[in-house]
Amino acid sequence: MPPGILTNAVSLSAEKVELSPANTGFMLIATALVMVMTPALAFFYGGMVRVKSVLNMLMMSFISLGLVTVLWVLYGFSLAFGTDHGSLIGWSGDYLGLSGIGLTELWDGYSIPVYVFAAFQLMFAILTPALISGALADRVKFSAWALFIVLWVTVVYFPVAHWVWGAGGWLFELGVIDFAGGTAVHINAGAAALGVLFVVGKRIGFKKDPMRPHSLPLVMLGAGLLWFGWFGFNAGSWLGNDDGVGAVAFLNTQVATGAAMLGWLAYEKLRHGSFTTLGAASGAVAGLVAITPACGSVSPLGSIAIGIIAGVLCAMAVGLKYKFNYDDSLDVVGVHLVGGVVGSLLIGFFATGGVQSDAKGLFYGGGLAQLGKQSVGVVCVLLYSLVISFILAKVVDLVMGFRVSEDEELAGVDQAAHAETAYDYGGTGGGTSLTRTAAPAAGSGSGDTSAQEAQGDTAPASQAGTSDRAQGGTPGKAKKVDA
Amino acid sequence: MKLITAVIKPHRLDEVKEALQAFGVHGLTVTEASGYGRQRGHTEVYRGAEYTVDLVPKIRIEVLVEDADAEQLVEVVVKAARTGKIGDGKVWSVPVDEAVRVRTGERGPDAL
Repeated sequence: MPPGILTNAVSLSAEKVELSPANTGFMLIATALVMVMTPALAFFYGGMVRVKSVLNMLMMSFISLGLVTVLWVLYGFSLAFGTDHGSLIGWSGDYLGLSGIGLTELWDGYSIPVYVFAAFQLMFAILTPALISGALADRVKFSAWALFIVLWVTVVYFPVAHWVWGAGGWLFELGVIDFAGGTAVHINAGAAALGVLFVVGKRIGFKKDPMRPHSLPLVMLGAGLLWFGWFGFNAGSWLGNDDGVGAVAFLNTQVATGAAMLGWLAYEKLRHGSFTTLGAASGAVAGLVAITPACGSVSPLGSIAIGIIAGVLCAMAVGLKYKFNYDDSLDVVGVHLVGGVVGSLLIGFFATGGVQSDAKGLFYGGGLAQLGKQSVGVVCVLLYSLVISFILAKVVDLVMGFRVSEDEELAGVDQAAHAETAYDYGGTGGGTSLTRTAAPAAGSGSGDTSAQEAQGDTAPASQAGTSDRAQGGTPGKAKKVDA
Repeated sequence: MKLITAVIKPHRLDEVKEALQAFGVHGLTVTEASGYGRQRGHTEVYRGAEYTVDLVPKIRIEVLVEDADAEQLVEVVVKAARTGKIGDGKVWSVPVDEAVRVRTGERGPDAL
């Protein structure tokens, strides 16, 4: 990862590093792989919600690709990776607007251009707030969510990324190991989800109404694409391939994920009687989350252990929301917070030493030192994100109201927020008729008079007839929940 | 005239359709339906949350026939739809006052 996890030997020779076309090419591909994780997450989440709000779920992730990208260029990269100020925040004038960076200027101590590093890290900044959205399915205003993203990345993500990965960041200097984002991404997002839930509250009908996933194939597609993209996320986080550490991270990513899927499925079979599709997808994601901080410091066998432990613990943790009565709709807390904590802490047991850093875990004769450091990282990021996210959500709620109205929630956020229906099953089409086209208005010379005549009509009229369809298709009722 | 309505297991649709064609029925309407009788539903599990799904997918077939054919046609449908296991469905008939073929305006049995 960024500067500080370099071993001494590497950083001493840092001045002599030249631009490596191989590493640069690899990092451009890794960046594109991490980009695809956000649409993948959208599908993973989108399949899990009900038909009436799937578009909103997809959009809650997609909008991050727009918002965070612009913020990152303007000031985000500077806050996260600019020159350190007080170990708490970065700031470099050259990074504002990414305007003072030379074409072949190398990222400090690495063989890739700053531009490549900035693009790679941008994809992490996009994904992290998108992860939070799973906790808020079916019930928040889209504009409120957009405002929350802007505030959250500015006050939470950019600083925390600096703490963990920025040269001079205090968790980094402390020696907390987070290869690719167990604390900065997953604990951060999971704790934020919990904080926001205190403000937003439960869906109408939580623990009473049926809320089955509307499309498990979509969930599997999303999980598969996440798995694929995660190779860029983890292996790319070494920013090059000169010493084999990136390859170890790549392999461990695969190993832990496979093991975690098995762990979740085994738990589920014993506890609930079936190997479910959703369990396989969830177990894989739990494994990806848990190995994220650890993939550069453990062995393949250690990865199997971390994967199985994460798979089982996360499968148990998703039941907590029913017990403690918080509506973490798609289990952001149960998978990302718990998985992130598990992976970050297990480094303290399974770190072999001699790969990413020399620090050894308890099982390799390193004592409790690294576990202590990992605990500090986990607790600090968790508490900071939890508290600040709660405050930010409260601010958004006071400014514009975080939730949609009860009527809009019952009808589905897709219509209220996006004026669209996800699936047109043909047949009667819900009584839809075209009341206005998108042709340019008078004066454009398009000659489409029918469109001009219809200007006075209101477009939403065509939406009214479709609500019955959006609400149908779930003939079951919640009978028992795992507490 | 009578309206014969049958609610059957989806996988018996082909057998029932062929039996009706063999009997000489010229047209029918099929709808995807859901419901339950004595069969009741099944259980599904999503991340530990168990759902009882009461409504089972069914096929609803509607056929208009002349009075004289009604009784026999009910038997044809029942025979074709039966698997002997729970959830085979139901068949019933009700009297129909009027029927009109939209294209020609023919009425009554001529419209069938």
